[in-house]
Amino acid sequence: MRRSCVAPPIDYIMLRIKTPKSLRANRELEKRAPKLVENGKKTLILHGTKTSNVLNDVLTEIYHLKKDNSVKYSRRNDNIRPFESGGETSLEFYSLKTDCSLFVFGSHSKKRPDNLVIGRTYDHHIYDLVGVENFKSMKSCSYDKKIAPLIGSKPFFAFIGEGFENVEELKHLKEVLLDLFRGQVVSSLNLAGLDRVYVCTAVSSNKVLFTHCALRLKKSGTTVPRVELVEVGPSMDFVVRRHRLPDESLKKEAMKIAPELIRKKEKNVSKDAIEGKIGKIYVPDQQVGNASLPFTPKGVKRVRREAKAKGEDNKQWEKKQKQHDDVSA
Amino acid sequence: MGDDDQQHGGYQIDLGNLTAFDPHHQFSSVPDSREDLVKECIAHGTKLIQAVADALFNLPSTEDASGPIVSLPPPSTKLPREKPLPKPKPPTKWEVFAKKKGIQNRKKDKLVYDEQTSSWKRRHGYDRVNDDNDIPIIEAKMTDEPGVDPFAKRRSEKKQRVDKQEKNCLHNLKEASKVGALPSHVQLAATALPITGTQAAPRKVSKDELQNVAGMAATSTASGGKFDKKLAGEKPPKHDKKYRKFLPVVEGSGMGSLEKQQSDKILNKLMSKNSHEIFNVGKAVDMYNAKSDKKRRNQQGKSSSTSSKLKVKNSPYKNKPTKKSSTKGKSK
Repeated sequence: MRRSCVAPPIDYIMLRIKTPKSLRANRELEKRAPKLVENGKKTLILHGTKTSNVLNDVLTEIYHLKKDNSVKYSRRNDNIRPFESGGETSLEFYSLKTDCSLFVFGSHSKKRPDNLVIGRTYDHHIYDLVGVENFKSMKSCSYDKKIAPLIGSKPFFAFIGEGFENVEELKHLKEVLLDLFRGQVVSSLNLAGLDRVYVCTAVSSNKVLFTHCALRLKKSGTTVPRVELVEVGPSMDFVVRRHRLPDESLKKEAMKIAPELIRKKEKNVSKDAIEGKIGKIYVPDQQVGNASLPFTPKGVKRVRREAKAKGEDNKQWEKKQKQHDDVSA
Repeated sequence: MGDDDQQHGGYQIDLGNLTAFDPHHQFSSVPDSREDLVKECIAHGTKLIQAVADALFNLPSTEDASGPIVSLPPPSTKLPREKPLPKPKPPTKWEVFAKKKGIQNRKKDKLVYDEQTSSWKRRHGYDRVNDDNDIPIIEAKMTDEPGVDPFAKRRSEKKQRVDKQEKNCLHNLKEASKVGALPSHVQLAATALPITGTQAAPRKVSKDELQNVAGMAATSTASGGKFDKKLAGEKPPKHDKKYRKFLPVVEGSGMGSLEKQQSDKILNKLMSKNSHEIFNVGKAVDMYNAKSDKKRRNQQGKSSSTSSKLKVKNSPYKNKPTKKSSTKGKSK
């Protein structure tokens, strides 16, 4: 197929097939296309009209935590107001251009100091938002450089607190934090490469303590090593301010799983501790009388003789005579 | 196939995400200093992570050079997708036909043995097998018409095949775009909109035409476009707004009699319309002869290959005599 050509004017609407002019552009478009199993989500980090020192530090820290799958904008964006109906167009445009479905937007004002808005997009439209106040943040503590976690390693998560289950906003925040920091979904994992932990504790009904720790696996007697956490990296206190849950219909559409990916349950198979794997086979009743044989039974000769001797009117045992039609010459 | 979500001492563990959640923990008393709080959180977190690690290290693992590799179960907490599910694309015209007929797709080799040169040649590309342009001789068949060029015929057939293929391609893409399953790297763009009624596709309008039309639109206002603000890049109106040209009352020196020129012009126009002797035969014959002589000379010059410097150059600036009617002194 030619790359970009004018279709022959057979149809009255002249259509042109637009394909990218270089293979590299083609590959980029393929990467961004919707897929059954998706790529990892990318994050866009940006800030609004005014930021404070604390907020700047927090944004850079988050960028460093997610270095390989995030984009950080350094200019200020005056016209982005995530919670207002008109202020999201710029965000959606950036999300489209950078192919980022998560964003972290920082802003500082008198009414809402040190405000962080963490949001997600679906199909490059705003899906949901959580606005948190970054109450206190501490960047780096002194730690041994050897145990510093590498970029891109899959993190462990620990959520502590009943608030994460009972309070609506904290439940939402838990989901968003999980989405933000979990990295790519992998099917096979190298156990030697595990080195970071995110600990989130719900201290009260609206305050969450967020810590990033490095993981050390120590020898223990069994195959399972002993786990040791060392605090490394940013630790912040979040106070949830406002949040917006997704639209019901949008949520339903976004949570759809492709029918090909749903694992079908194997029928008639069960596992038992004693006997192992058991399968059930259902055998239908055998119809002996109606079974089809390779030959058509005409009737045993003796039975036929007896029937004839009895003189019964058994038409089935009589031989069918050939009908001689008049054959015209 | 086990439970992804296990209860280990009251914690909810999601192995696919390496997550542990303790929903039962309560802070009976919040410690005063932040450091103590952090320490308590980390201690509790360690317990949770230990539980996850227990479950993780108990999975069957394969040894690799860099470490033990474990296959993780899919995550149990459902998170929303970032893009909508892709729609399955409808089968193409060929696929429908092939399925109906039961045609299997066979993989073709890149190299094909060429009988003529008895060597392996590639199937597509430079120096390929069965190249259409390489055929030196086409034998005539009984069914061939005498005046038909077989090479041109082959070329036109190939062109027809290519056009048909492109038409099919476009049709397949349109079918796919109707369902919403266009391949990601393709965009269908309409180059022109249809006109109902006439069947001609509208041609592209040029820049000058657009400027003309813009000028016409401007002057068709009530005040004749006099007070419209001109945008940057717009040319000034061609017509000077004044449609009648009056001669100056007093003539300046050194301009030649304008009134005489004006009346001459009108007179010539009238005369040439009504005069019978519009064609000067003698002059026309002379011009024709001169032209044919020049042509003959040029051809001879080309065959004898004189240098271009010696040739008479056709200067574009000289006025050439044109076939105009000479009305000097001619009147009926």
